[in-house]
Amino acid sequence: MDMDSITPALLLASLMVAATPILLAGIGELVVERAGVLNLGVEGMMITGAIFGFAVTIESGSPMLGFAAAAAGGAGLALLFAALTQLALANQVASGLALTLFGLGLSSLLGQDYVGLKPVQPPAFKIPLLSDIPFIGRVFFSHDLMVYFGLGLVAAVWFMLKYTRAGLILRAVGENHHAAHALGYKVVRIRILAILFGGACAGLGGAYISLIRVPQWTEGMTSGAGWIALALVVFASWKPGRVLLGAWLFGGVTVLQLNLQAAGLAIPVEYLSMSPYLITILVLVIMSADKSRAPASLGRIFHASG
Amino acid sequence: MTGTLLSIQGLTKAYPGVVANDSVSFDIGTGEIHALLGENGAGKSTLVKMIYGLVKPDSGTMEMRGAPYAPPEPRSARLAGVAMVFQHFSLFDALDVSENIALGMENPPPLRDLAARIRTVSEEYGLPLDPYRTVGGLSAGERQRVEIIRCLLQDPKLLIMDEPTSVLTPQEVEILFETLNKLRQEGTSILYISHKLEEIRALCDTATILRLGKNVGTCDPREKSARQMAEMMVGSELQTPKGAGATPGEAVLDVSGLTLPAPTKFGTALKNVHLRLHTGEVLGIGGVAGNGQDELLAALSGEMRAARDAIRLKGQDIGHLGPTARRRRGLLAAPEERLGHAAAPDMSLTENALLTGAVREGLATNGFLRWGKARKFAERIIETFDVRTPGPDSVARSLSGGNLQKFVIGREVLQRPEVLVVNQPTWGVDASAAAAIRQALLDLAGDGTAVLVISQDLDELMEVADHFAALNEGRLTETRRTADLTIEEIGLMMGGAHDGMEVAHVEA
Repeated sequence: MDMDSITPALLLASLMVAATPILLAGIGELVVERAGVLNLGVEGMMITGAIFGFAVTIESGSPMLGFAAAAAGGAGLALLFAALTQLALANQVASGLALTLFGLGLSSLLGQDYVGLKPVQPPAFKIPLLSDIPFIGRVFFSHDLMVYFGLGLVAAVWFMLKYTRAGLILRAVGENHHAAHALGYKVVRIRILAILFGGACAGLGGAYISLIRVPQWTEGMTSGAGWIALALVVFASWKPGRVLLGAWLFGGVTVLQLNLQAAGLAIPVEYLSMSPYLITILVLVIMSADKSRAPASLGRIFHASG
Repeated sequence: MTGTLLSIQGLTKAYPGVVANDSVSFDIGTGEIHALLGENGAGKSTLVKMIYGLVKPDSGTMEMRGAPYAPPEPRSARLAGVAMVFQHFSLFDALDVSENIALGMENPPPLRDLAARIRTVSEEYGLPLDPYRTVGGLSAGERQRVEIIRCLLQDPKLLIMDEPTSVLTPQEVEILFETLNKLRQEGTSILYISHKLEEIRALCDTATILRLGKNVGTCDPREKSARQMAEMMVGSELQTPKGAGATPGEAVLDVSGLTLPAPTKFGTALKNVHLRLHTGEVLGIGGVAGNGQDELLAALSGEMRAARDAIRLKGQDIGHLGPTARRRRGLLAAPEERLGHAAAPDMSLTENALLTGAVREGLATNGFLRWGKARKFAERIIETFDVRTPGPDSVARSLSGGNLQKFVIGREVLQRPEVLVVNQPTWGVDASAAAAIRQALLDLAGDGTAVLVISQDLDELMEVADHFAALNEGRLTETRRTADLTIEEIGLMMGGAHDGMEVAHVEA
């Protein structure tokens, strides 16, 4: 076995890349759940984003346009969910599961002509000066724009929830929708906006897989990342900072186990492959053992009555 | 009191099948505490929702200081100077006090400045409050303070309070009244919704009485007796419950040396409780809330098990038995909290009837439910106790407090108990429903059932109970004949510093 082939700097750098898809999807779902809506369709919105982003990048040659299309695709699917659950008052769990199945099917249909193609790679964006710092520069400051965007988004969501009135209202809606309604807040409108945001984020996360991390199109290529993102939100106790930690942990173990596989560690590959899921959930379960709890109105249908 | 603040003319609002408000008109003066009285379902809530902009009237107009006032949403009502304290608190448990208050304001200052203002205002009005505490951990009285301060920070001209005292202890009521009097002196008008008539007589300048959506009269509550107002509310002469005068027979329930640890951190331990209950007797147990009432009910109903011989029913030890076994032997109980304890909120009345009636009414055989029989039982409760509901398929949550309470008590009464234990049987229930419930309990005793009524309402206990005992920190006083007791003696029995308040309440 050859452990020398694993260099810490490279490992940590690829951890950031591996964490980005679930980070994006997770932070979007966090906002949705803080508004009191449980959207189990993250996987479906991710894979829809993945094919929208991939197809538009191939056709236009612009990864930026591709990401924009991915966000639009994810939000489009989320709009369907919003219409079902917020306007038609359908059950959120059933609607979310349906959304995942629909997204998987839709993406295979759209993706038939794109199997085996190579998309244009967006350039890595090395931050001047900072990226020249030994080790740290390689780990943190030599990535593509989406990695920074994901980190920025986590910070922005954290700030929004904690320090702004919009964030307070969003949390209030998720906490007690009847009280929020009685105070005159537009519960349904706020939730629809949150759902669209969550869909756009999931779409971006999916496109990051198909455009940068893998980069090619295969059916079902998100392979459960949406479900991990969902679990991440719950075990992160609905806190943005912990979503980031959980995503890094998951990304880190994923990269490490790939390296270990490559290094020929004498453990069956299957164990290594399941390790990111196991370790992430284990650690987050331990972290979530404090007294924080779910938004009180999570998953409950709001019907304005008088 | 100079001039009119809000003038309401011919407000009408109809919902499918029911006219909630039928051409209601009245004026609220500046600096006046105006009571809005009515039974459950008389249309009080709909009326204030129209004033607060949550519901749009079908017809009719309102004028605020002579200018037309028709708020399309609560926001505009707040801008016009109308603030509302809700009956079911509109608070967010997971947020802290200042965040909750910020949510109810149009243009809240930054949270740090707001916290400082909360401290100032709360001390000014004698309602101390820590802006950084999480609302979920506050008592009912403190939660109400949050709502009141949220309103006060906006300098309201009209403060609407929907049943503000139903969740408060007597001391908290006292504090609230001081605050409201202070506001009145400052020229704020208050629309005060309640059906506690003595409170209204003590506090309000004017009272408007609603019955079935119509304004049936405006009066000065200080010139009317509570009885007169109650009769205006009900629209007929109020029946004072009358006991059948059965002489108590032999002892059926014998509790001796009942000692139980506190079930939760906030509970009260029961300490060496003795009591004896005879057939045909109503024993009233008084005391300030939180002195072991809930625990006593749980110990008697079987929710909390006790030592085998601590509770004896007709000579048999039942202390170790669970609720179902006790029900089978004829010991029935109706706990205090209607939604969640006495009834399952989202289950239908038929299902709720099944939940406690299965054993004694034979609603289940060999583990299979007998829906037809259960439905008939529910219908019988609804009919006998005049529960106003579309039918036994309605969910418990959809009933008003008084109607659900009638259902919950009726369900036990109709199972022909040998011993019935009830806790706060008329809490939050309007006058006529309360009278009906008390009458049912007295009739039951007249037929030879032993009835134990735990209540914080001394008027109620004096009205129904033959014997009286008081709980104080988990200890029960000796039992005395109600007829021989003076108010002072009752105060002494209840013990502690709370007497004065309770006694004043009785005399009012």
